[in-house]
Amino acid sequence: MTKSITNNSQSSIQDLQPLIQIQQLSLSYKNKPAFQDVTFSIPQNSITAIVGPSGCGKSSFLTCLNRLSDLIPNCQVSGHIQLGTVNLLSPKINTTALRRRIGMIFQKPNPFPMSIKKNIVFPLKEHGFANAQEREQIVEEVLTDVGLWSEVKNRLEDSAMSLSGGQKQRLCLARALALKPEILLMDEPCSALDPISSGIVEDLIVRLRHKYHYTIIIVTHNLAQAKRIADYAGLFWVEEGCGRLIEFGTATQFFNAPEHELTKAYIQGTKG
Amino acid sequence: MSRKASSKLINLDQLFKVVIWLIPLSITAIFIWILSDIVIGGIGQISWAFLTTNPLDAGRDGGIAPILVSTFLILAVCLVASVPISIGTAILLAEFTPNQNWFGRLVRRSLDVLAGVPSIVFGLFGNAFFAQTLGLGFSILSGGLTLACMVLPILIRSTEAGLRAVPQEYRLNSAALGISKTSTLWHLLLPAATPGLLVGLVLGLGRAIAETAALIFTSGYVDRMPTSLLDSGRSLSIHIFDLSMNVSGGDSNAYGSALILILILLIINAIAAWLGSKYNYLYD
Amino acid sequence: MSKPKTLSQSPLQSWFTRHKDQCLVWLLRGLAAIAGAIILLILIFLIKESLPVLQEVGIKAFFQDRAWNPVEQSYNLVPMIWGTGLTMFGSVLLATPLGILSAIFCHYYAPQSIAIIYRRLIELLAGIPSVVYGFWGLVVLVPMINRLHPPGTSLLAGICILTLMILPTIALVADAAFAEIPQEYLLGAKAMGLSASGTIWHIVIPTAKSGLLIGVILETGRAIGETMAVLMVCGNVVQTPDSIFDPIRTLTANIALEMAYALGNHRSALFVSGLLLLMIIIVLAIATELIDQEV
Repeated sequence: MTKSITNNSQSSIQDLQPLIQIQQLSLSYKNKPAFQDVTFSIPQNSITAIVGPSGCGKSSFLTCLNRLSDLIPNCQVSGHIQLGTVNLLSPKINTTALRRRIGMIFQKPNPFPMSIKKNIVFPLKEHGFANAQEREQIVEEVLTDVGLWSEVKNRLEDSAMSLSGGQKQRLCLARALALKPEILLMDEPCSALDPISSGIVEDLIVRLRHKYHYTIIIVTHNLAQAKRIADYAGLFWVEEGCGRLIEFGTATQFFNAPEHELTKAYIQGTKG
Repeated sequence: MSRKASSKLINLDQLFKVVIWLIPLSITAIFIWILSDIVIGGIGQISWAFLTTNPLDAGRDGGIAPILVSTFLILAVCLVASVPISIGTAILLAEFTPNQNWFGRLVRRSLDVLAGVPSIVFGLFGNAFFAQTLGLGFSILSGGLTLACMVLPILIRSTEAGLRAVPQEYRLNSAALGISKTSTLWHLLLPAATPGLLVGLVLGLGRAIAETAALIFTSGYVDRMPTSLLDSGRSLSIHIFDLSMNVSGGDSNAYGSALILILILLIINAIAAWLGSKYNYLYD
Repeated sequence: MSKPKTLSQSPLQSWFTRHKDQCLVWLLRGLAAIAGAIILLILIFLIKESLPVLQEVGIKAFFQDRAWNPVEQSYNLVPMIWGTGLTMFGSVLLATPLGILSAIFCHYYAPQSIAIIYRRLIELLAGIPSVVYGFWGLVVLVPMINRLHPPGTSLLAGICILTLMILPTIALVADAAFAEIPQEYLLGAKAMGLSASGTIWHIVIPTAKSGLLIGVILETGRAIGETMAVLMVCGNVVQTPDSIFDPIRTLTANIALEMAYALGNHRSALFVSGLLLLMIIIVLAIATELIDQEV
């Protein structure tokens, strides 16, 4: 039954140009599966929201897309993730270059214990931006993009730890944007923030997406937020002790006419 | 009857309480006794001249200048040799070795054993290996290298603890930005782990400066001012030992040297405690 | 922009980034191998230096020869083994209850502020150099024992000093073991109306048993290995003692006293006693490991 629904939902987005094609992706920790058999395609220049209750493997799913799963001990990934002409799960992939192309924002804002400026400059240097002037320019550009420039331009040398929670998260966003990624992965980027900061970050995500045509994949358990910003949505759910993709489709269809009972129940708030 | 039993219990409880207060009181008293004895015996000896002149008459008279210099040089050799190895090993164990890895486990086990080896056995080893096999003779170099072997487990443990205290998020964030492990380590992890590293360094120094048995037949007894690292040099602790055991009438200068040694150790301890507290507040 | 974005392996740049991490790992492995090999090196050198005399007179000689007189090819270590064993036994017997009780004091009796100060004091006690303990023992303790029963330098003096020296070890390990006892156990005991001492005997000590055992093993290791302090207060007469006031010589003191002038087989025999000490320490380390695994 699950299978037919997945097929159905895929058929509804068939005509769109897929950027990332995920096929039978499974991930397990110490032979205990976190999610299994996830198959769907992520269209280009869109915001895709992955929703679901905690512990259903959404965040683990995200780590496969930039191979951060490599860093987690005892973590095994199988399946196929096609980006352009390459399989992201191939051992030959240069993860450094991959992660430059696919940026990631985490739930807890974690700037490095350095100055505000150095937080952005350090990754730039690492990726071969040798020209100091160019780096300065990028710092100003991305800080302006995330609306931090006017707030911090006079204290760029202060420790990033002195920023507020919302500012920290925006700095992390700026740090990722500085590398000019094509795809942004966001793991509950607003859930650790107060409502006002959360609103600011949410607005930013929408605005930046229109400005730079990013493809954004956002994991969230805030349904209202997903509804506000997403073009596509998917539901992860735990079935028989293991996460599965229950339904995937356009946001309109997902929120207004869900096909699966679980999705209906989850959206109405009777489950999850 | 039950009342009698319970009142007896209460008495036992009271008695236990008295004993349990008496023990720490007497330990504290003995500690103060030792310390005050050293301070009272040594304070009269200490002067600028004591610190800056050569020992005379086998140490009964004069100062401890060459002994301080030798001690300092032995410690310097010890740190120069042990710090790179310790930091490297700690990084490998904390950052690059999964817990199940056989090599990591082997290194950890052997360090655990090393931590328990008696200092006199280090002395024997240092004499056979550094002094004889490597031909360094009785020298500051032999002594310092022997001490380096001895402090390795302390340094490695605290550096590793410092690295493990750095939040995992930093590593993930750094990797997600496509930053190599080498740069992450150099620019992010090591600076964050520095306080832990310094605490270990200070503790290792404390252990090294207190050491006697490992030095007697590696760095030797000679109380002249050393002119090179290949000269024999007498450490402060050996000086105390020699004055009190082998030199009759050397007690008063032994007291003075012991006080200096205790003072150095107290300073080292205070620095460690200060660094330790600073390090606790580092992450919110 | 600085360089093309490529995901495949081919560019030279990415080859280098990959190998930067790889080189670092090999360098670190090399350093770790040095650190790990030291204990092996120690073992090898002790065996190498011990072999000449072991091959010439055999192991039995160290237990059955007439006396310890290496200059005349007589290598009986038994009196020194007694010396080490008795000082170790006496000091562990004294320090264990004292250390455990002082940790109990810290955890369950002392007000917070006193506990913190007392812990610092125990740490300082652990940091006093053995030569200072020895010196204090020599100038203060030995004359006192001498008044009680000459000569003063004796097994008793050794036990007293060693007790002071190993007490911090057991006290700190016990302290850590008590800190790991779940709070619910203590609340449960209180709810059952157990007295304070009852809680300690029936709940605290049994729960922390393996931690305490590891503490005892660690202090035993320290007691066996201690050199300078016992050397300074024990009198160093090679004899099997009849009373607690007799001077004795430990294995460690024997090495420290004679290494300076020992040659040939004599030197080799001292390495044999060093090897014996190392063996004991390795056995103790294995015991700790076994207890640790059981928990």
